[in-house]
Amino acid sequence: MGVDRREFLKIAGYATLFGLGGKAAIDILAPGELEASMEGIPLTQGKRWSMVLDMRKCLKQQEAGKDGCKECIIACHREHNVPDWGNPMHAIKWIWQDKYEHVFPDTPNQFIDEGVRHKPFILMCNHCFNPPCVRVCPTQATFKRDDGIVSMDMHRCIGCRFCMAACPYGSRSFNWGDPRKAPKELNPDYPTNPAYPERSMGVVEKCNFCVELVAKGEFPACVQACDKIKVNALNFGDLDAPESNVRKLLREHYTIRRKPALGTEPNLFYII
Amino acid sequence: MYDGGKIIIGLIIGIGLFLSPFFYNAGKAAKAPDPQLTEKAKEAQVCVGTKEYMRESHFSLLDEWRHTAVRDGERYYTAYNGKKYYKSLQVTCMDCHSNKTKFCDQCHNYLDVDPYCWDCHIVPEEKK
Repeated sequence: MGVDRREFLKIAGYATLFGLGGKAAIDILAPGELEASMEGIPLTQGKRWSMVLDMRKCLKQQEAGKDGCKECIIACHREHNVPDWGNPMHAIKWIWQDKYEHVFPDTPNQFIDEGVRHKPFILMCNHCFNPPCVRVCPTQATFKRDDGIVSMDMHRCIGCRFCMAACPYGSRSFNWGDPRKAPKELNPDYPTNPAYPERSMGVVEKCNFCVELVAKGEFPACVQACDKIKVNALNFGDLDAPESNVRKLLREHYTIRRKPALGTEPNLFYII
Repeated sequence: MYDGGKIIIGLIIGIGLFLSPFFYNAGKAAKAPDPQLTEKAKEAQVCVGTKEYMRESHFSLLDEWRHTAVRDGERYYTAYNGKKYYKSLQVTCMDCHSNKTKFCDQCHNYLDVDPYCWDCHIVPEEKK
């Protein structure tokens, strides 16, 4: 019984040889297949929903009011029963605001234009053309639809939070508590939309580009709210159609996207 | 057998305790579930499937609905009678069957199944 030194070295040697030959053997038997499975998910062709945010109009409206304008955020949270926990660590973010410097950290400038410096920008899921969250999801609970929307299937989410680690934009939030137990004083009329479900504790959620409204042929709730107050800063449209509203805006304005160097191809464009 | 009397008495007490629930419930059948229809459901007369199909396979239908609606974006269902329905437990099913305790829970409790639909989907308010 037992493996002596000589025996061990022999086994180690054979194992190394086999290991070196492994990939070559696969290449001979099934050329290209290993590479194909390493490439990840195929990118869906076809329509591509996107949004162009005209921050000039948005910031103007925010400065007009005393407490700034939060119409889009309110509308979204009402539509999707997003609770307010009153604690930034537990915040559920579908659409939210952050300073310009935090939104576009890869363009630092000590002497930045006063027009954007510390200004609150509107943020939501970028519905990336090449979404890293989808690649890492072990249950395919998050997936990219044929129309480009990165959607969530809450029934499948196991709360592993790989997607939160993968998303470079912080667009995903974890439900640390049951949304129904969110503080009542902060959510007096919760649930606000009886036609939309809530979530349970332990799932990840994010902006879904209002798939339920888009299916009905309506604009997302944030866009509707912005149009309602006649600011029209949020423009939702199909990037795949050359004559769409978003393509027209992109042709006529200089736009920037968040962290483009990462290659996720965000579908949210900012006019500043 | 040493202490035979004590052992036998102990056994009788033990078996008696074990069987006591059977004696306690003897002759009483558990109440069979009796799902109630709301006025609205009675009036509508038809559901998205036949009564037999819904009774036996509503969970398969709901599973198919959630899959096709969420993942494939197909949000309308053509019923056996050609009528179109919006695929939604919360909006379509619970619109007619708004009495969850008297409609859903009766059988679910009887069969001891605990579907997690209501962890997220909102139950319509019931009038007492």
